[in-house]
Amino acid sequence: MTSATAAGTGPAPEGPPVPAAPKSPKSRKSVTGTRKSVAALFLLPALVLLGALVVYPIGYSLIRSFYDQSGDSFAGFDNYETLFTDDGIRTALKNNIIWVVFAPTVATALGLIFAVLTERIRWGTAFKLVVFMPMAISMLAAGIIFRLVYDQDPDKGVANAVWVGVHDTFAESSAFPKAHPGRDSPLKPAGGGAFITKQPVSAGTPVALPLVGVAPDLMPDGAAKAATAEPADGKVTGTTWQDFTRGKGVGKLGGVDAAELGYAGMKIEAIKDGEVVASTTAAGDGTFTLPAAADGALLRLPADNFKEPYNGLDWLGPSLVTPAIIGSYVWMWAGFAMVLIAAGLAGVPRELLEAARVDGANEWQVFRRVTVPLLAPVLAVVVVTLMINVLKVFDLVFIIAPGSAQDDANVLALELYRKGFASDQPGVASAIAVFLLLLVIPVMWFNVRRLRREVRR
Amino acid sequence: MTADAGSLTPAATRPPETAVKARQSLGSRLVEAVSGGLVRVFLIVVGLFWLVPTIGLLLSSLRTPEDMAASGWWKVFTEPSQLTFQSYEELLENGDITSSLLNTALITVPATVLVVVIGALAGYAFAWMDFPGRDWWFLAVVGLLVVPVQVALIPIAELFGKIGLFGSMLGVILFHVGFGLPFAVFLLRNFFAEIPRELLEAARLDGAGELRLFARVVMPLGGPAIASLGIFQFLWVWNDMLVALIFSDSGSQPITVALQTQVRQFGNNIDVLAPGAFISMVIPLAVFFAFQRQFVSGVMAGAVK
Repeated sequence: MTSATAAGTGPAPEGPPVPAAPKSPKSRKSVTGTRKSVAALFLLPALVLLGALVVYPIGYSLIRSFYDQSGDSFAGFDNYETLFTDDGIRTALKNNIIWVVFAPTVATALGLIFAVLTERIRWGTAFKLVVFMPMAISMLAAGIIFRLVYDQDPDKGVANAVWVGVHDTFAESSAFPKAHPGRDSPLKPAGGGAFITKQPVSAGTPVALPLVGVAPDLMPDGAAKAATAEPADGKVTGTTWQDFTRGKGVGKLGGVDAAELGYAGMKIEAIKDGEVVASTTAAGDGTFTLPAAADGALLRLPADNFKEPYNGLDWLGPSLVTPAIIGSYVWMWAGFAMVLIAAGLAGVPRELLEAARVDGANEWQVFRRVTVPLLAPVLAVVVVTLMINVLKVFDLVFIIAPGSAQDDANVLALELYRKGFASDQPGVASAIAVFLLLLVIPVMWFNVRRLRREVRR
Repeated sequence: MTADAGSLTPAATRPPETAVKARQSLGSRLVEAVSGGLVRVFLIVVGLFWLVPTIGLLLSSLRTPEDMAASGWWKVFTEPSQLTFQSYEELLENGDITSSLLNTALITVPATVLVVVIGALAGYAFAWMDFPGRDWWFLAVVGLLVVPVQVALIPIAELFGKIGLFGSMLGVILFHVGFGLPFAVFLLRNFFAEIPRELLEAARLDGAGELRLFARVVMPLGGPAIASLGIFQFLWVWNDMLVALIFSDSGSQPITVALQTQVRQFGNNIDVLAPGAFISMVIPLAVFFAFQRQFVSGVMAGAVK
């Protein structure tokens, strides 16, 4: 053991290989005194396959990337120039940067939070199982799952169903999306979707505010048979209703007919000199009453009565498609981060945390000042692993982004596939491959260095 | 803070101090109870967040395409009569899907077995045999761990085209074996290296040759690592789409590729895609639940991949 440590730490990092001390008790010298030919036989299958399928392609891509598309003539750095000038590749590069910055950090942050929070919960294991499970399924299946989640129609896609639900809780939805004045209406458009009376109203004379165009099944639930408002002293009264009877047309134009429904809940504002002096909401039968202040004012039906119903976000549209796909990636890989971090957490000495608590640190301070610094090496491994993984992401983008958004969602791995196999530009595709390889070389170097020390034991 | 306060408080003020302490601990207990409750609520919400997409796929696969076109899958909670195995029944009569499912198995099993066997042979040689540059060869293999598969797509497509492997299952299998080997060699060599020398020497004294030693001592002792590797590789190959997308043809394509061809008309093909995706997930999920422990240790060892 001691000699092994000496052999491991002795040489300078760039020094020549030092074989393990032969007399060391941990020596792994062959126990059978193997002949070299036997060793070669054991290694041959692996080395041949690795050579042909992994090493040879690296060399081939490197050389191929300097030749033109037909592969016949040397093209210098042309293909690499394309890497930074071609619009498709530039979008892919930009998206890859977004991916590499956000996907690993979000997944790791969530993994850290989950790992810490589940530690003291009895059903923590069940939770971990649920979060870790997506790692076992294919990216194709995950892609199909999220195509369903991100469906634009809030009646079909669960993401928009939830989003619209939340949105409508905080912002009132409008009741009369397509209502508008009919023929010879006393109302005219007031800009921005609102309508306003042509003439000022006066107290004591009931006002009629008829509109048309609301589909019968979209009328508010509280709508009752419309009624003509009673005149009231010193107050402005009136009715707003759907001046249209199914199968019978408008009936008495501008007047309330038997089967017509009131616009329950319609907002009405009285405007004098451009300012709102009074406002109210229509009752179920469409009648409303405004105070005396409204005398001589114009009545306006503000635009928020007529807004289109909120339809949610266009998750797979040009601007949101990349964050949406990153969301599905985080769904798949946060469990990976969580499991690695939980394993690291299990190795953190309890006494250190207890000592901090005894010193009066609250849970957040313990987390921030003790747990996270102790976990730093694990967090680094997780982030780096995910970064490499993210560089290769292909299936999710290929499946989730609809054809129309694939240009906007493009990433290098997808662009390589498109250039190499769809548009027959193997030179450029090889340049992308070499570029991807260059990006992972620091990690390759790090792995080898870390192992070189262990190997000498 | 509390420790300081305690040591600085004169003995005379003991009773009030304990009262304060009691109140503090009651308060902090209250805080703890509330925050503990909040943590539970938070984790339940997150857990639902993680489950809902998969549940959505499952319930979508159990509805007719007509129902799917009309409303969201959550409609089955109010109308359970919508649930039907119709899509599954039709899927199992769809020759393309069933044969591609068989292809997935025909690709995955050999690719897994080959990686384990070839990786174990090399891992043993790197751990216990003497040959010049042993550790350097091993480090070179480790270096290949992070090479992205994308680098090999074009060169291997060309190579397979020349030797007639393009479009065949064998080509897909070989590619997976090639890219599975660095991790296999890395994992198994490190595991085999921990085998106590005495065990190997004892077997040697009984007259075992190198091959016997490998088959009778090393492989059985390597069980846990081999299980982890096998599960990892199995899921990797089973779930692959990219490699098969390029190297297989319509006769040798696995389920992932067969389903991928349907994605273009997503809305119209949901009765194939949803049950197909779910069927393709059943085996990996079964493997995952049956071998969680091995899978997790494989994932941890493979954190570098």
